[in-house]
Amino acid sequence: MSLTSWGNYPLIENEAYPFTTEKDLKALIDQHKDLIPYGNGRSYGDSALSTHIIQVKPHNLFLNFNETTGQLHVQAGVLLSEILEVFVPRGWFLKVTPGTKLITVGGAIASDVHGKNHHNAGCFSECVEFFNLMLPNGDIVNCSHTENTELFRATCGGMGLTGVILDASISLKRIYSKNIKQTTIKTRNLKETFAAFERYQREPYSVAWIDCLAKGKGIGRCLLMVGDFSKDGNHSYQPKRKLTIPFTFPSFVLNNLTVKLFNWLYYGKVFKKISRQTVDIDTFFYPLDAIGHWNRIYGKNGFTQYQIILPKETSYEGLEAILSTISNSGKGSFLAVLKLYGKANNNYLSFPIEGYSLALDFKIEDGLFELLDQLDQLVIKYCGRIYLAKDVRVSKTVFDQGYPQADTFRALRQKYQMHKKFNSLQSTRIGL
Amino acid sequence: MSYVLIIGAKSDIAQAIAKKYAENGYNLYLAARQIKELELFAKDLAIRSNQTIQCLELDILDTASHPVFYTALPEKPEGVITAVGYLGAQDLAQTDFTEAQKIIDTNYTGVVSLLNLIANDFEQRQYGFIVGISSVAGDRGRKSNYIYGSAKAALSAYLSGLRNRLYSSGVHVLTVKPGFVATKMTAGMDLPAKLTAQPEAVANDIYNAQQKKKNVLYTKGLWRWIMLIIKHIPEGLFKKMSI
Repeated sequence: MSLTSWGNYPLIENEAYPFTTEKDLKALIDQHKDLIPYGNGRSYGDSALSTHIIQVKPHNLFLNFNETTGQLHVQAGVLLSEILEVFVPRGWFLKVTPGTKLITVGGAIASDVHGKNHHNAGCFSECVEFFNLMLPNGDIVNCSHTENTELFRATCGGMGLTGVILDASISLKRIYSKNIKQTTIKTRNLKETFAAFERYQREPYSVAWIDCLAKGKGIGRCLLMVGDFSKDGNHSYQPKRKLTIPFTFPSFVLNNLTVKLFNWLYYGKVFKKISRQTVDIDTFFYPLDAIGHWNRIYGKNGFTQYQIILPKETSYEGLEAILSTISNSGKGSFLAVLKLYGKANNNYLSFPIEGYSLALDFKIEDGLFELLDQLDQLVIKYCGRIYLAKDVRVSKTVFDQGYPQADTFRALRQKYQMHKKFNSLQSTRIGL
Repeated sequence: MSYVLIIGAKSDIAQAIAKKYAENGYNLYLAARQIKELELFAKDLAIRSNQTIQCLELDILDTASHPVFYTALPEKPEGVITAVGYLGAQDLAQTDFTEAQKIIDTNYTGVVSLLNLIANDFEQRQYGFIVGISSVAGDRGRKSNYIYGSAKAALSAYLSGLRNRLYSSGVHVLTVKPGFVATKMTAGMDLPAKLTAQPEAVANDIYNAQQKKKNVLYTKGLWRWIMLIIKHIPEGLFKKMSI
């Protein structure tokens, strides 16, 4: 059985090779080419797909934990969910977590993921003390903010194209509860949404769900959710899994009408302009993880997530243009997420820059890629970029215009002969 | 919290058992030969379970070292689980007594040496549990593995006697008879899926049976009935069979 990505598109034949020891991994790298590391298969597009796949997940031991500093050393196949199960009851949490806990630590580094606190905590690489990387020649190098910095900057966000991350030491943060005090702000248009983000930017966590089918004056209306950990001392963390989508839905289930209905209900269920709730970690950070295999609702043709970011200066104008284009196309997305990001780091290919990011899910159907090409032109016009961890179709030209350090990355790949061993469908498409 | 001593801790079944007991709040002594290979596993388990996990060097064949080993334990365990096992090669064991002796001593003699010491201690202090992992192979000798089977038969008889002896002291003895288990020991064998257990399922069964003070556990449970039938085949017929 070939491995697929989270978007179930594209489907390609591949051979997967699991490993547990460094010796086995070295043998694999020696034996094959066009290899790409694969964690828990949560990248949406083709960044972890190739004809030959290294499965990192079985390499998953906890190696060390320092109770005083909160430094945790784990092998790269450990899932964030495993870390939470072990450490939330003991009063520790991830400094940076994306919207799913079902990814490996290696994957978190390779995509340099970020979360609802990017505006004050930055990307995942900010909490990485060091990691060990196996290069194409089998050498293992220790990379950190101070050692082998070039490899560190290339590997964080480098989509597995610099080698295989073996293990990493990350720092956890202290929490005094498993609960989050959340405030939900309902806005009527993009202007109010922007104002709300600015007003609440001192809240550690924030994200907005945006109704991207709203038209005219309602464009950009959203529910902005902000919050911080409570201090009530309740650590009784019981990870929950309520529901699983048992089979792939027929493609027609998700159409303009059902998405419109969902958006109307979701936006409409909140009456008050400002409301407050106490919710637990899973509800606040990982709402979709509660539904197993939720990607199946998009049908057998699969789906993609289009995530872009625009600099703050051009965000308002740019997002208005992008949202209008989507709304006019009538192509539905019921997971549209907007967020204000903090400063960019200096990794070569990390996605975040200071500004607003928009993420939308679309099922793969006729006309979609034409729409996304159209949106790409707006992204370029407003000096933005797209997120490789989600992407499955961007062109080299569009990618290069968004990432000024792409050539530095390419040069490093040449220098270490990485391009001869590690390639994904995505890296081949955009010439990385 | 009390300790459980696991002997032969490098086996897949032993490691699944270790996880199960650590998850349930026990500290562990993991005893095996060349514990270096065990240290990563032990550290991982210690972090995940927040229990104390200690690795101890032990050669089951070196019976002279057993008294020192047990005396040196900083805190005596509440219970002991022996997962020592050596399948060996039947063909070789038929022609080379060294192999036959290794099979017998690993599965039986060495275990007796260690369990004697532990049983005496537990009997004196009047509490504790002993879990011995034997095998369905010990229920009836078959041509394909009767040297291993006879050592396990001896172990089953030993455990039965021990249970009888320690009952009045409040010490419980559980005999475990696994059927096919998907482990390193059976890797490469063509095992019937329906009759083959995963090590985690075996560990679950053992933990539950020990907590409930069961006497003899077959795992998977179906093996109790299979072995019942096999044990009752008349010898005149059995000797002609290939099973």
